[in-house]
Amino acid sequence: MIDIALYIALGAVGLAQLLAMARLVIGPHVGDRILALDTMVINAIGLIILMGILWGTQIYFESAMIIAMLGFVSTVALARFVLRGDIIE
Amino acid sequence: MPAGLVAARMLGDSPAMSLFLIVALPFLGAVLPGLMIQAGRRTCFLTTLLTTAAAAIGLASHAPAILRGETVMARLPWLPELGLDVNLFLDPLGFMFAGLILGIGLLIITYARYYLSRDDNMGEFYSYLLLFQGAMVGIVLSDNILMLLVFWELTSLSSFLLIGFWKHLPEGRQGARMALTVTGMGGLAMIGGMLILGQIAGSYDLSVILTKGEMIRQSPLYLPALILILLGCFTKSAQFPFHFWLPHAMAAPTPVSAYLHSATMVKAGLFLMARLWPVLAGTEAWTVIVSSAGLATMVIGALIAIFKNDLKALLAFSTVSQLGLITFLLGTGTPFGAMAAVFHILNHASFKAALFMTAGIVDHAVHSRDMTRLGGLRRLMPITFAIATLAGLSMAGIPLLNGFISKEMMLEEALHTTLFGTPLLVAVVAGIGALLSAAYSFRLIAHTFLGPERTDYPAHPHDPEPGLWLPPILLMIPVIVLGVAPFLAEPFVKLVTGAVIGPGAQLPKEHLALWHGLTPALGISAAAVLGGLLILSVQRPLARLWDAAPRPEAKAIFDALIGAIVAAARLLTSRLHDGAFTRYAAIMVAAVLAAGLHAWFTGSGWTPGREMLPVTPAALAAWAMLVVASASLVVIHRNRLAVLVLMGIIGLMVSVGFNYFSAPDLALTQISVEVVTIILLLLALNFLPNRSPAESGAARRLRDGLIALAGGGAAAALIYVILLSDFPAASISDYHLANSYKGGGGDNVVNVILVDFRGFDTFGEIIVLGIAALVIYALTETLLSGPVRARLLNRGYEEDRAGDAHPLMMVVLTRVMMPIILMVGVYIFMRGHNEPGGGFVAGLVVAIAVVMQYMASGFEWAAKRQRYPYHGIIGAGVLVAGLTGIGAWFVGAPFLTSAFGYVTLPPLEKFELATAMGFDLGVFLAVVGAVMLSLESFSRLGRRAGTEVNDHPMDIDPSRSARRTDPMGQLDAPAGPGHSADRAASNQAEES
Repeated sequence: MIDIALYIALGAVGLAQLLAMARLVIGPHVGDRILALDTMVINAIGLIILMGILWGTQIYFESAMIIAMLGFVSTVALARFVLRGDIIE
Repeated sequence: MPAGLVAARMLGDSPAMSLFLIVALPFLGAVLPGLMIQAGRRTCFLTTLLTTAAAAIGLASHAPAILRGETVMARLPWLPELGLDVNLFLDPLGFMFAGLILGIGLLIITYARYYLSRDDNMGEFYSYLLLFQGAMVGIVLSDNILMLLVFWELTSLSSFLLIGFWKHLPEGRQGARMALTVTGMGGLAMIGGMLILGQIAGSYDLSVILTKGEMIRQSPLYLPALILILLGCFTKSAQFPFHFWLPHAMAAPTPVSAYLHSATMVKAGLFLMARLWPVLAGTEAWTVIVSSAGLATMVIGALIAIFKNDLKALLAFSTVSQLGLITFLLGTGTPFGAMAAVFHILNHASFKAALFMTAGIVDHAVHSRDMTRLGGLRRLMPITFAIATLAGLSMAGIPLLNGFISKEMMLEEALHTTLFGTPLLVAVVAGIGALLSAAYSFRLIAHTFLGPERTDYPAHPHDPEPGLWLPPILLMIPVIVLGVAPFLAEPFVKLVTGAVIGPGAQLPKEHLALWHGLTPALGISAAAVLGGLLILSVQRPLARLWDAAPRPEAKAIFDALIGAIVAAARLLTSRLHDGAFTRYAAIMVAAVLAAGLHAWFTGSGWTPGREMLPVTPAALAAWAMLVVASASLVVIHRNRLAVLVLMGIIGLMVSVGFNYFSAPDLALTQISVEVVTIILLLLALNFLPNRSPAESGAARRLRDGLIALAGGGAAAALIYVILLSDFPAASISDYHLANSYKGGGGDNVVNVILVDFRGFDTFGEIIVLGIAALVIYALTETLLSGPVRARLLNRGYEEDRAGDAHPLMMVVLTRVMMPIILMVGVYIFMRGHNEPGGGFVAGLVVAIAVVMQYMASGFEWAAKRQRYPYHGIIGAGVLVAGLTGIGAWFVGAPFLTSAFGYVTLPPLEKFELATAMGFDLGVFLAVVGAVMLSLESFSRLGRRAGTEVNDHPMDIDPSRSARRTDPMGQLDAPAGPGHSADRAASNQAEES
């Protein structure tokens, strides 16, 4: 039962990932792209966690945690660059 | 076997210094003068003198054994697989040379003490001199010819430093370069010759090679080996046509000229010819090459010397000539020739060193070495005059001085030598050489000291302090004693000759004597002296003729040759390296492609050994995303920021892929590296326009595109083939899996490989990482201290700016996140040994936590709160890792052997402690330091003028405005929100 739910979830998150990817490629503004990348980071966390549950292992937990913890730093850095021109002032 | 044991056994009961120590002393002592100069010139001088004296005493302690005819050996295996061992041996020949090097070294060190002026760095000079001395002693005591080559190159290098000691003189620098080029090329040839010799003999030990003379001479490789080795000897000993570097080396301070270019280094080539005499001599090729080169050098050197006005130049060419004489004697291949050569080496060292020293004295006193401005100094400088006259007459070959005896022997030998089937040819040429030698010796004395006193000396001539004239006077003792009573030296000379010609050969029966009766040689000698006087009387008209006549100038030819080689090299490199990265990439890809295609079509064909895995929808989606991201990257590659965003996807998908293929370690690393890369590239984008300009035309883009497609296609095909093939050899993975826990005490194989199996590699890598970060730092420092600084500071912004510099939300968020991230870092570090993680990932995670603070509150604010310099953190990391590795030595295990055990602390569960953790800590520190140092350097470089330094972590702080109402908060007011908002508004007004 859980497997079916997991496959549906994987499909949904995967589709979201593809859609975010499309937004990233289309743009048109750099802000759209950065937001798309941020969404993709969140989706990637979802994908990794779902894979972990599906395969019944905890070993991917750390990757998901690290992405969750540090993934936003890239987004912030890109946003700072667009807004301020400097990421460390 | 320990060296001392062998030496002691060979010596019986008499105590003697280890040969290793004799060679090592000058090298060890070489650091002392540089340090001792702080304590004054006198201390510096005494330290150097005592170092050399200690080595000389060590050598003397072997004298009884050597004089009994024994050979002292000392052995130490170093790289036995390569045949390279530190084997030393001391026989009479080595003893004589080592004695010359150390004995004359003592005199030169004393002389230099008084010669060097206050402006010269005496410590540096003596350090170089001791380095050189050690290298020379190493050459003459080496048993292993590979060791000998090492010392041989060391003499070239140290003499380079000595010749160019006066760095401010262009002649010094050029002379040093020329000497290094010529002797270095010769050394290179000699390496080839020695390797061939070792191959023929089957050993690289001289003591073995010397017993295989017959076998080596029969070998078809004998001639190539002979020519290559002789190239080395001839370049070192300045034999024609390689003689030209020696006169240019005279730009060195005079003590160097006296030491290197008369008594020691130039004799290294002669030493080697004498050393290999039993093996190489005695063939037609040897006699023809060596003796004709020697004769040519003798005559040409002497001829040029007559017309040189500079005292040192005259002496330089006279040295060339005298070296030619000795080379000729060795080249004749007879025991008598060898004996004459040995004796003349001794004699030449004594009188030539003295002559150079007197030239230095004259230069010192009169401030000129130009003989056209000298003359008449005999009354003004009587001591110098006496020394120069004695040494000069000895060089001319006047009876009752030692030069006469050996020159007589040379003429005797020349009368018995036939070259090119023409009898008397050698005798005539040798006679001309002797005549010219007499001429330049007489000229040296006459044009410097004789003649009328002049009134226009550049400085008032006077005899110097004893420190300068005592060393050459000591050298006059052998000149006179051996000249009057040559039989005193006979036992020793015959002993050395025996060592040169080898144990099998018959020692010559002739004796060293002043009077051999009315022989033809005496006749030639008398004619040479008379001819020399005749040339002296007509030297001035001859010199005018000489100057008018066209002749090749060695330096011009050398410079032209070097220039041509450089131009040719530049022609090639300018095509390959024109500064365009696209060209480098194109050349590289095309070359790899060609090599790969060659391998594919000449290989044995391919049959797939594995089945394709099924294509799952998830994998297909991920693959599609990677392809789309890469393709869009090509399309929008001119927009640099968008490229960065797309690269973010690729990194993200790759780390998901690592997870998918069960490589969580790699996934962790990939994610953290990705974040650091984005930050680093964004910092670099500060200095680049946001769009990259189009620089190449359509045709070139088409060409580059085709190369790129071919390269990418080939890589894809190669990966496809590899993934569908079986491993050609058994994989090492099973070994790692089996031994990871048993040997390294960890369940995480990846981590155990990093810190244990391949710990040495990791150690090297963290050092490289640290160096890279330091280089970034150094480049930043250089840029910021140069004229670029102003341009960097005054850059504008490409686009309008918005928002706060230090936004409240970001500051709060990063501050809250920091302890969590640090804790996760600790967690990842601690579990690394058994589960995914480790020092590298933890280091990246912690570095990101710190860099977040820089981003949130600004560079200055964060830098003020960072107490430890990042260089120190890198250094601490390398040290911790190194010390952990060294710890293994204390239990007798090799470097980096790890140990582990289990510890129980009451409130905790039983846990494992491994020494690998210490090593991992080093990796962690090095990574944190390196990442932070590079990011910090980049952001320091990116700072602009007009950036205000903030005292507060954030620009708008509600808690500060709340405090403003209370009187204690007044101090905060100027930086309060109102002010900040005003500033932001005015900023925008300025920019729009």
